[in-house]
Formats: sequence, structure tokens, C-alpha cells
Amino acid sequence: MKDSLLRAFRFLGLGFLEPVVRLAAGEDSKKNVIQIFKKVLAPIASMILFLGIWYTGSKSLYNKEANYAIEKTRSERGDAESEKTRDCIASGDVSCQPNTLPSPKQVWNSFQLLLEDHRQISANKEAFIVKTSALNKKRLEQGKDPIVYTGRPSFVDQIKTSIKTVFAGFLLAFLFATPIGIIIGLSETLRNSFNWLIQILKPVSPVVWLLLVFMIVKTLTKDSTGDTSYIISFISVGLCSMWATLVNTAVGVSSVDKDYINVAKVLKLGTFQKIFKVILPAALPLIFTGLRITLSVAWMVLIAIELLAQSPGLGSFVWEEFQNGANDSNSKIIVAMFIIGFIGFLLDQIMLTIQKLISFDKGSDV
Amino acid sequence: METSQNIQETLSSNEIMLNLTDLKKVYPTPNGDYVVLEDLNLYVKKEEFITIIGHSGCGKTTMLSMIAGLNEITDGKISILGSSIKGPGPDRGVIFQSPSLMPWMTAMENVMLGVNKVFPHGNKKEREDICKYYLNKVGLSGAFHKKASELSQGMQQRVGIARAFAIKPKVLLLDEPFGMLDSLTRGELQDVLIEIWNKEKITAVMITHDVDEAIFMSDRVVMMTSGPSAKIGDILPIEFERPRSRKKVLAHNDYYEYRKHLINFLEH
Repeated sequence: MKDSLLRAFRFLGLGFLEPVVRLAAGEDSKKNVIQIFKKVLAPIASMILFLGIWYTGSKSLYNKEANYAIEKTRSERGDAESEKTRDCIASGDVSCQPNTLPSPKQVWNSFQLLLEDHRQISANKEAFIVKTSALNKKRLEQGKDPIVYTGRPSFVDQIKTSIKTVFAGFLLAFLFATPIGIIIGLSETLRNSFNWLIQILKPVSPVVWLLLVFMIVKTLTKDSTGDTSYIISFISVGLCSMWATLVNTAVGVSSVDKDYINVAKVLKLGTFQKIFKVILPAALPLIFTGLRITLSVAWMVLIAIELLAQSPGLGSFVWEEFQNGANDSNSKIIVAMFIIGFIGFLLDQIMLTIQKLISFDKGSDV
Repeated sequence: METSQNIQETLSSNEIMLNLTDLKKVYPTPNGDYVVLEDLNLYVKKEEFITIIGHSGCGKTTMLSMIAGLNEITDGKISILGSSIKGPGPDRGVIFQSPSLMPWMTAMENVMLGVNKVFPHGNKKEREDICKYYLNKVGLSGAFHKKASELSQGMQQRVGIARAFAIKPKVLLLDEPFGMLDSLTRGELQDVLIEIWNKEKITAVMITHDVDEAIFMSDRVVMMTSGPSAKIGDILPIEFERPRSRKKVLAHNDYYEYRKHLINFLEH
């Protein structure tokens, strides 16, 4: 029971809870208490420290902005007006709040608000679907397109769109870069002939990729009336992120341990068997490292690309909030920042778990 | 060398399994060619076990990998049963210094890799039986389905031995197969190897650094001169009866004579 629980925790990346489990199971209490302190309490302490620094920082920025606003009114409109501004700021009225780095509490409130907003929008959507279902059935019979909900997407919807885009881009990178990487890795001639291209294209900025994809997709989709921004953004994400997989796969395939190759030669394995039984399994750890980098790069550039391509998702959410300049915009941006970070971390954990499942090299969990 | 040539003449050609004639290996370097082996002549009889001993870097491994077909022949000829070799092939089984197992495969799958290639016509059951037979022989009956990465060095090398024997090669090539093991495991594996060899009697060429190992295992110990341009320096026939036991070999009077002979050669 205890051991399987520990294994499950370790598998899920929750290894830090190990001493808690051991303590609960009644093992050596002194050792485990020390372990709990090291693995559980120390991270909590660092979190508190982080929040503390954030809080003081935002407080001092807030005061600076407030004082500046008061001084400005004083110099422009006199003492009486400046007193009014001071009172207004102190009262917490939204109309005169300084616009700066939000405090942890404001961010938390915004997070709650966004969730509430999501609940409301979902409810609206459901109500809309119920309301239009009868009508849609009739329209379907008449051969017309059904009426769909076109209201504003909620924050959660934006997250879903972003994840969908990143997976489409990742899949594209995977399907494109792994086979090419394998082929290039197998042949030294191909490697030499394409190296320049890879080296030149690899460092190109996401923005330029986006523009390039835009040029091509725009022409290709001349006849269609649909929204191409989604296609453009996922193709750009794929193109930006595939290089890590391409290079890692090529290196992994070309640098398989000489011993394994010798064994394959001595046993005179056919090309097919040699590739699938020896070279690919041996290169798998490096291929996976590449895929992990690809996924994290994909997630990272996604935000910038969505922002520029005007395609829905977290990127456009952040950009709209920034343009919006409403009172709680800043805290919504910070909420988005944490969500982006958290999802990025989660994606990496998923990749790590898959890697552990299918790769022989159990040692690489960095 | 003269003696070896003379003996060879007295042997009929179908008694010779492996024959190296005027073998030469040259590595080009920026400072001109480096001659590793030159005028190397050696024959190995059927069902003979020879060991090759010599200083590090003299070209033993180069010679062995040339026989295996992994290294190109600059000049001269290597033939098995009279026909020249072309590249590597399953008629020559190799046991490498490092076990060289595929760590993502089980012990069974590693042996199977070669067996599949050599016996493509047998059904799966038959091929599995061959693998099991040899894994049993090397003392791994309980570890068929263990991943190679989970096995100890010694156990991995046992799988390596099973893999080499299972493809029933004409010649077995061993490149310091026990060099990376501790002396206790080394002794165990020497016994495993010699026991399975006694049954199969596959012509074997083994490189070793260990004088005692050479005397215990082989019918002839071939001493190579130091490079560059290494060749066969001396050949010492070991006349102990087979099957041999370590105890008896160690107690035999000739043992120390053999040992002295080999060490004398290596020190000069």
C-alpha cells in the first residue's frame, strides 16, 4: 500500500510528499520530520517570501504613483484639489486608483472575478443553445447553417483555445521534424547538405515566422472565407518550435553508441530492423529531450504569436487587457502570467511522464 | 613464425577454419601512414581455442575487428574455410569487451535479435527455445525477461556470451570479454564460457591481457610483438587435456613453465 502510493507519487512528480507518507505510515519519525522540513516546509517558506516581496514591492509602487498623482494635482490645481485626490485614493474608489503593479490580493480577486465571469458566460451559452435548439433543427431541415453562439469568450475558453493551438503546433512540429531528423541523422551526406539551412533558420524570431506563414497562408486561402488566424498561428508555433526536435533527433540518431551499431553489423541486421530495433530506441532519450524543448518553446512563442496574429487565446487576452487599461487589467494580466507559467510547467511534466514510460534511459529526469 | 608456417603445411586445408595471410593494416595520419599490422600470418584449426596476448596498443583489437569484418583490410587476406570474408556476418560471433546489449531490450530479446536473423525459418517457439537453452547455459534461467539495463555487468556479459553462441557461428571472436569485470566474476565467467565451449567446440579467438586466463582457456597462446608493424612473435601450445579444471591446471608442473615463457615474452 505505502510503496505503491510512493511509486504513484513519484510517477506524478509529487515525490516531495514522500516523507509525509512515510511519517503517516509510522516510519522513523525524526528522519522524516527533517525530510518534511526540507522538502515541504522550505518550499512553502520560499513561497511566503515571494509573496512578501511582491506585496511590499507593489505597495511601494502604489504609494509612488499615488504621491505623484497628489503632487501633480497640487501643482496644477492647488491644495484643495490635491486633498480631494488624496481622499479619493484612500477611499479606494475605482475612478482614481493608481495604475501600477497589482498586489497579490488584487490578483487573487481578479482570478475569482474571471472564474465568475466564466461561469456566467457558460450559463449564457447553455441558455442560448437550449433556446436555439428547436430553431436550429428546423434550419438544418431547410439546409441552412445552424445559429451558433458568438458572444465574448471567457478566460477559460481562451485557455482552452491556447492549449488547442499549442497542441496543433506541437503535433505539426512532431510529424514534420522527427522523420526529417531521423533521415538527416542516418545520412552524413544529407546532414552536411542541410546543415546550413537548419543553422540559419533555427535562430529566426517567432515574429518573422509568423509573417512568413502569413504570406503563404494568405495566398493559399484566397478562395476560402473562413478565419485563417488560427491556421496561421498554429503553423507558426509549429515552425518556431520544431528546430529543437529536428536537431536533437538528428544528433541522437547520428551519435548512437558505436557498440550497438557494431552489434547490428555483426548480426547483419537489415536496414529496417537496424533502424527500428537499434537506432531509434537508442536515440529515444535525445528525441524526447528535443520534444520537451519543442513543447515548451511552442507554449512560450504561442502567446506572442496569438497576440500578433489576432487569433483567440491567452495571448490576445493579455493584449486586449493591456489595451483595455481598465482598473483591474493589470491584475488580470498577472493572472494570465501565472496561468501561462503553470500550464507550461504542467505540459513539461506530462512530457516527462511519457518519456519515463517509453524510454529505456530512466536516469534523465532533469 | 617459421614454425607456424611449417605446421600449417603439414595440415590439410580442410582442417583450417580461419586463416590470416600477409595481413596488413595501415591507418593514414596527418604525419603519414601508420602501419599497425604487417606481414601477419596466423591460422586457427577447427575446434581450436586460441588466445592472443600482447602489449596494449599493439594491434590485437585491430586484428580481431578485421576478422569480424568491422575494420577494413589494407592488404592481405582473411579466409574462413578457404573463402575470403567480405564485411561482417553472422558466421563470426563477437563478444565485445563491454557487453554491448541493447539496454531497452530484455535478456531474451537481446539473444533473439541474432537468432531471428540466423534462423528466420523456424517458428517463434523454436527460436525462443534456442534463446532459452543458451540463457540457461550461461546461468540466467531466472532473468529471461529482465531488461538488460537492470542486469549487473557480469550478468550482461553472460547474455553477451549466450547471444554469441546462439547464432551458432563458425568462429567466435572475443575481445577481452572479461576485462571490465572484477576478478571473482571473471573466474566465474571463464568457467561459464569454457563449459559452454566444451560442448559446442566453436573455433575461438580470444584477446586477453591475463596470462593465467590465456593458459587456462586456450590450446595455443599467440604472442604479438609490439607495434608499429606488429606481427606474431611467438606461439605457445598448451598441452593440458580437456575438459580442464582450474585446480588441476594450477597444480600441473608445466603450468609454471608456460607462465614463465609468456611473462618472459611480454617483458622483452
